Amino acid sequence: MNLLAFAEGPALVTSLSVMIIGLAWRLVAIFRHPTQRNLSEPRSTATIAGAVRCIFTRMVPHQEFRSSTKLSSTNGYAYHVGLAVVVFGYLPHIDFLKRVVGISWPALPNVVIYLAAGLTIISLLLAIMLRLSDPVLQLLSNFDDYFSWFVTMFPVATGMVVLGAIGGHYPPNDPSAHDLAVAIHLLSVELLFLWLPFGKLAHAALVFVSRSAMGADFARKGSRI
Amino acid sequence: MNGVDSHPLDLESPRLTVKAPEVRYDKQGNNPDEERIAAAILAFAKDFGRTAAAYMESCVHCGQCAQACHYYVASKEPKYTPIWKLEPFKRAYARESGPFAFIYKAFNLKPKVTIEEFQDWQTLLYDSCSMCGRCSLICPMGIDIAALVGRARHGMFQAGLVPHELWAVAERAEREGSPLGATAKVLKERIGWLAEEHDIDIPLDKEIADVLVTLSSIEIMKYPNSIVSLAKVLNHMEASWTLRSDGYEATNFGLLSGNFQWQSDMSMRLINAAIACKAKLMVLPECGHAYGALRWEGANIYGKTLPFRVLHISELLEENIKNGRIRLNPMNKSLTFHDPCQISRRGGATEAPRKVISALGVDFREMKDTGDFNWCCGGGGGVVTIHRADPLRYRAFEIKMKQIDDTGAELAVTACSNCRLTFDDGKAHFHWDKSMHSLLDLVADNLV
Repeated sequence: MNLLAFAEGPALVTSLSVMIIGLAWRLVAIFRHPTQRNLSEPRSTATIAGAVRCIFTRMVPHQEFRSSTKLSSTNGYAYHVGLAVVVFGYLPHIDFLKRVVGISWPALPNVVIYLAAGLTIISLLLAIMLRLSDPVLQLLSNFDDYFSWFVTMFPVATGMVVLGAIGGHYPPNDPSAHDLAVAIHLLSVELLFLWLPFGKLAHAALVFVSRSAMGADFARKGSRI
Repeated sequence: MNGVDSHPLDLESPRLTVKAPEVRYDKQGNNPDEERIAAAILAFAKDFGRTAAAYMESCVHCGQCAQACHYYVASKEPKYTPIWKLEPFKRAYARESGPFAFIYKAFNLKPKVTIEEFQDWQTLLYDSCSMCGRCSLICPMGIDIAALVGRARHGMFQAGLVPHELWAVAERAEREGSPLGATAKVLKERIGWLAEEHDIDIPLDKEIADVLVTLSSIEIMKYPNSIVSLAKVLNHMEASWTLRSDGYEATNFGLLSGNFQWQSDMSMRLINAAIACKAKLMVLPECGHAYGALRWEGANIYGKTLPFRVLHISELLEENIKNGRIRLNPMNKSLTFHDPCQISRRGGATEAPRKVISALGVDFREMKDTGDFNWCCGGGGGVVTIHRADPLRYRAFEIKMKQIDDTGAELAVTACSNCRLTFDDGKAHFHWDKSMHSLLDLVADNLV
């Protein structure tokens, strides 16, 4: 078994399994706790609506906080959107997903992908620069913050290497000539899958849990969500 | 560290608390450090529900909460970042009961929290957090940081690590029924001379009444006119009401210090008094945390739905202005309103005082960042009782002064006596030319 076959086979299955089981375990660790019965007279019983509303309202800071959070919020959006565009809009990724899960969709033009990749790289670099230079972020940061940044940036970097190797030609003239670069790229993504449930990247799932918990709680009191 | 005589009250200064201690006792009891640590973690995690567990798992270290905290904004010291105030408890949670605790423990990836760390965090959890909840409103992950600080205080109390002054007033409240010496005897005396001086009926200990009215000891000891205002308004409404000497003190230093048992005791005094006089309604005074303690936690302490409604005084005023039982003369003044955090942002009663103000017909000038987003006065959560917290609290208060000055309003009004106390102290410290008034007093003075 060559490296690409390993990356496309057992490594992919293992990393995805770890990610799914790990995330499930993380959610179990929350949901194993009982819901606490609240006997106070609610101001509103629309707690489910509050939970849903909080998921959406916290996507953008409240007006009063926008000026102080402008850079971190905008930058956060830049790499989240940039990554999503590259991961789900780039033709080779779509082809790969089609092979693995059997579904596909139209790809975005390469120029959009290149712009999104550029935006992602710049915003991820800005994110780490902020983390290293801002006194608050310096204080809060630990191994998880830096390693999570690394496993996010690494697939982007290896993806750029693949792009350089194929010279922008897809499908490449001689796919086997680029097997190593593609394998490393795939393994770098699998590293992200492996780490995701253990650190802050789990916010991909947890964000819905914590926001909805707050939304339900605050809605009951009639507090601003 | 025990006994009331060790902690004499200072009732002469603009801010009421115990006198500045010559020697601080910020560590209570004689338990070995290991027991303190274990007790802290156990109390923090006690009755840990799904919501708290979700909050503990979700922080992404974005640091945005710093920008919402008056203590951070005033000082720019990173240690005042709200989520950092929970750091030892976050670590203990991850190590002891988080989803990967077995890994953290096996490889010691999250070292045990030491007693020195808990001690160091005392100033962060008490002196520099008023549990105002502004951080909870900015958090993009939706973590109620203020609620977690409340839990952490439970841990700190059980570890015997409460700031000297806060412990002293909480202990006095548990023992005497009031943190500031407003005992039932003092209350009776005050009501006697207030009724006589103002020629007004102030019912006390009626056996049966529709409305049980409660007070803050700050009102009894510093702003007794509030009692007269209450009487004026309730008599104007022709309400069947009473104060009760077996349940009048609505401040809850059990909650603020982190002692759940004391919190329960203090709440149950009020609940039992309301039940004893068959009250249909309990009115909470102009006090922020008193509202949260009874309105949102009272029934949970009682163990079943309360057999009466609970309203903050501003909600009572709003309700009765709306139904016509309170009629007001218009005022020809400009006015701004300081939202008490526990009533507006944390309590959900943001609109009630605004409707009352509207009924007063004033030129109402909202501050920039108002209502649910208002900046805390800096004295809530027991912070105003702690002398060593003063320098930071004054810096945070400068945000508040600027907010009010910028409105250009003639009158500044609030609905929390603890906020008023903090404003009085800030005014004296900065020689500020503004005073903070009571919304209740304003209504009472302008009844038709």
